[in-house]
Amino acid sequence: MYEHPLAKYFRKGVRQPFCSGCGNGIIAQCIIRAIDELKIDIRKIVFVCGIGCSGWISTFLNVDTLHTTHGRPLAFATGVKLGNPELKVIVLTGDGDGAAIGGNHLIHAARRNIEILTILVNNRIYGMTGGQVAPTTPHSMKTTTTPYGNIEYPFDLCKLVEAAGASYVARWTTFHVKQLISSIKKGLLKEGFSFIEVVSQCPIQYGKYIDVREPAKLLLMLKDLSINKDKAKTINEKELKEKIIIGEFVNKEVIGFSKAYEQLIIKVRGKIE
Amino acid sequence: MNNVNEIIKPGNYLMMGNEACALGAIIAGCRFFAFYPITPANEIAEYMSINLPKVGGIYIQMEDEISSIASVIGASWAGLKAMTATSGPGFTLMQENIGHAIMTETPCVIVDVQRCGPSTGTPALPMQGDVYQARHGSHGEYEIIVLAPSSVKDTFLLTIEAFNLSEKYRVPVIILSDALIGHMMENVEIPDLSSIKIVDRKKPLKLDDSQFFLSEDIAPMPTLGSGYMLHITGSTHNEKGIRNVYDPAYVNNLIYKIYAKIHKHIDDIVKIETRYLDDSKVLLLSYGSVARSALHAVKLARRIGLKVGYVRLITLWPFPEKIISNIINSVEKIIVLENNMGQIFNEVRRVSHKDIEVKFLPPDILGTIHDPLYIMNNLRKFIGE
Repeated sequence: MYEHPLAKYFRKGVRQPFCSGCGNGIIAQCIIRAIDELKIDIRKIVFVCGIGCSGWISTFLNVDTLHTTHGRPLAFATGVKLGNPELKVIVLTGDGDGAAIGGNHLIHAARRNIEILTILVNNRIYGMTGGQVAPTTPHSMKTTTTPYGNIEYPFDLCKLVEAAGASYVARWTTFHVKQLISSIKKGLLKEGFSFIEVVSQCPIQYGKYIDVREPAKLLLMLKDLSINKDKAKTINEKELKEKIIIGEFVNKEVIGFSKAYEQLIIKVRGKIE
Repeated sequence: MNNVNEIIKPGNYLMMGNEACALGAIIAGCRFFAFYPITPANEIAEYMSINLPKVGGIYIQMEDEISSIASVIGASWAGLKAMTATSGPGFTLMQENIGHAIMTETPCVIVDVQRCGPSTGTPALPMQGDVYQARHGSHGEYEIIVLAPSSVKDTFLLTIEAFNLSEKYRVPVIILSDALIGHMMENVEIPDLSSIKIVDRKKPLKLDDSQFFLSEDIAPMPTLGSGYMLHITGSTHNEKGIRNVYDPAYVNNLIYKIYAKIHKHIDDIVKIETRYLDDSKVLLLSYGSVARSALHAVKLARRIGLKVGYVRLITLWPFPEKIISNIINSVEKIIVLENNMGQIFNEVRRVSHKDIEVKFLPPDILGTIHDPLYIMNNLRKFIGE
């Protein structure tokens, strides 16, 4: 019988837990493909994930997974990376997990420039808990907890993380799988904090409020809403408000925290000897 | 790389309780310390930031107490012995992740240098208000180990003991110090380091061994990145770590096992210190900084011929139920001394025979040390002299 070339990366006997049409399956595949194409030893990668649907992306993969508390995967991952700097650490988080309850850890991980690849799945709503408003929910949108429309404004997470000092920042949607895989590869090889936001479809909760429940339609919507960062510069602000600006926003070389700490140890110990 | 002799040589040193704690941790093998500044715990961090790099260890100042304990758990799974320190408000912030450490059976040490509370309270004054929080601060059912030092030397030794118990039982261990001991300076005798017993966690021997959780005899703990494809979760799981949040049988199994691994070994875990028990009809029972005043009062009482005994709890939780009930049920009266409104007092009443008189004595003013003469006066009243 033919076995899928990526089947070796999946945990036997554990089912993927997502609703039909969820973007998390696409993201899981993109991560695995990036690792496979780079030929990195999967045993040297640790997945640290938060609470929310995105936190389950690694649970059915046959990988080292540390499933943490809500909002805290980056803080746990900081300990893992410093505990063993030879490991590659991937944090899987959602918009609620990473930008609301975990927002503080996100900006400080970026500021510290710790060598962690963070993949933040932004479905613009709290999916697992039933469709409540998120810090990424569009303005005026109705959700379970904004029955009269959202009076708050969404975060631009890439701008936030860029301002905080990350070494690599990019945003794609689940429609842009080729670009996403390429970004994950760059993030995995980057020395420093890498942040990739993936705008993803949630046919059940988000779909309920915009009255589009078919995953394929949602994917095409994401495609139509997306605009490349260079093209975005040519259109006016009003038109831009509805758009998802995609592309690579930051790609720079700054020494990572664990590397800097290793150098500090060498310096301190040099003075003793 | 890990030569502790570069930091300290055997001998006598005058040091602060908080420094003794940090030194004890490094000697016990602590190589990761995460912290968020808070009074009166800061000297632990300052000592760590100076000395950990000398032994190849890592000091990191995190953005808050939540991330401090979180990174400690991460570092522990990466294979390092790890610790954080804080005081009341920060300890409260850590509680959710302490629950995660219990659920995932992660060895780590948390130092709470207690101050007056609730809320911001009084940062630099000592109280013993976190005894319940140390035991029951996180949500849900669990068992934990809590130790209470009563001197600077004790802080040094109990920090080493905390790491040993933590590694042995794969459980977070809490050191409940207070502002008095943390900031007090005393002589500490540092012995030859080779004479100190250090316990390291049990590691799996072969790659196909994958029962890493929920053993009453403590499962071996692998490290992340060593090829085991670990699944570690704070959600309900089975012996292999695989998550199941639907089946009550999983909850039942998990809760009983994390309890059993502590209670089955309770005789190995709990420790108390006693003096003058043989002929005593009255006992002064205390722990932590208060025990120093209590011992002084007992000595004063003995000098005037009062047959008073001294019991100090070293392990607060699991409560040394069997030992304490055996001791106290052979006397007539017990005075429990605490710098709070009576947290261990309730436990002592719970385990004592109904005919025994149990009294509670806080200090004259909460947040100050019990004056031995004040204890004496109350003791006299209590025994009707």
